[in-house]
Amino acid sequence: MSIFGFFNRKTSAPQARERLQILLAHERSSVGHSDLVALLREEIVAVIAKHVQVDRDKVNVKMDRGDQVSTLEVDIEIPLDASVRAA
Amino acid sequence: MAKVIVVTSGKGGVGKTTSTAALGAALAQRGEKTVVVDFDVGLRNLDLVMGAERRVVYDLINVIQGDAKLPQALIRDKRLETLHLLPASQTRDKDNLTSEGVETVMAELRKSFDWIICDSPAGIERGATLAMRHADIAVVVTNPEVSSVRDSDRIIGLLDAKTARAERGERVEKHLLLTRYDPARAERGDMLKVDDVLEILSIPLLGIIPESMDVLRASNIGSPVTLADTRSAPSLAYMDAAKRLAGEQIPMSVPGEKRGFFGKIFGRRAA
Repeated sequence: MSIFGFFNRKTSAPQARERLQILLAHERSSVGHSDLVALLREEIVAVIAKHVQVDRDKVNVKMDRGDQVSTLEVDIEIPLDASVRAA
Repeated sequence: MAKVIVVTSGKGGVGKTTSTAALGAALAQRGEKTVVVDFDVGLRNLDLVMGAERRVVYDLINVIQGDAKLPQALIRDKRLETLHLLPASQTRDKDNLTSEGVETVMAELRKSFDWIICDSPAGIERGATLAMRHADIAVVVTNPEVSSVRDSDRIIGLLDAKTARAERGERVEKHLLLTRYDPARAERGDMLKVDDVLEILSIPLLGIIPESMDVLRASNIGSPVTLADTRSAPSLAYMDAAKRLAGEQIPMSVPGEKRGFFGKIFGRRAA
């Protein structure tokens, strides 16, 4: 490394700090809400199943926690030949 | 009133055992009856760091299983009569560490000690959750390094969810102990600074322990850092941390921050 390179070297601590802040914001929301998401998923499946036959594996519930608002994303795949139980 | 402290971190090798021994000895030096308890069943090391490895007869698992009474398993320190060690088992399986057994031992220790310091194993498995289970205070040992900070964040989450206090709707008092800190490298921008770690983990700071040869030297001779050389930088930092645990107001200083003329020039230049 040239002497010039040494003095202009980019420091690494700010990167460590930034990476941690992004990672932990994500991990805190997913770990803390895993129980809630599982519970919501069960109850949503139960409600849908009352009316439409669905494959449990085709129900996706995802929670994203943002700074201002959190979003709950529910994605349910209903097959074409699903028998509708109630009109 | 007895206080139960858990020394925990998630990540291994950050200084839990060193910190347990150093804080335990520092609290005992105040004349308060202190016991350090090793929860690392199968990989015990607190006995070695305390210099009591050849005096272990009975251990925590023996007490839990009723093979020995608690006073038989407690080892009194040869240097400080207020300091005691309850070793972990080296040979038994960690499944022998039961939730009920730990609860009984903790209740009994609370009757005769002022400070009960639990040295947690690394990880987030049963040994670690049982070590924190009955804690009133948690000392989260963290190195200024990304993986250690991430694991500490995870442990802080567990302290708020999996402890007896959390289940009763109370709070475990959490403190950050930043270990292996190198002020010069932090100043150069190549190590997370104290404020960076504090901002990310957002728990109050208990102390800053500088990276130092004295820590290895103390473990080599089987002595808590605070007993090996009372004037060394890590020893002074641990003693201040112990005073803060005991409720004293001690101003926080970054050990070894004072630099000479040349240190200042080169430190600034590279920043």
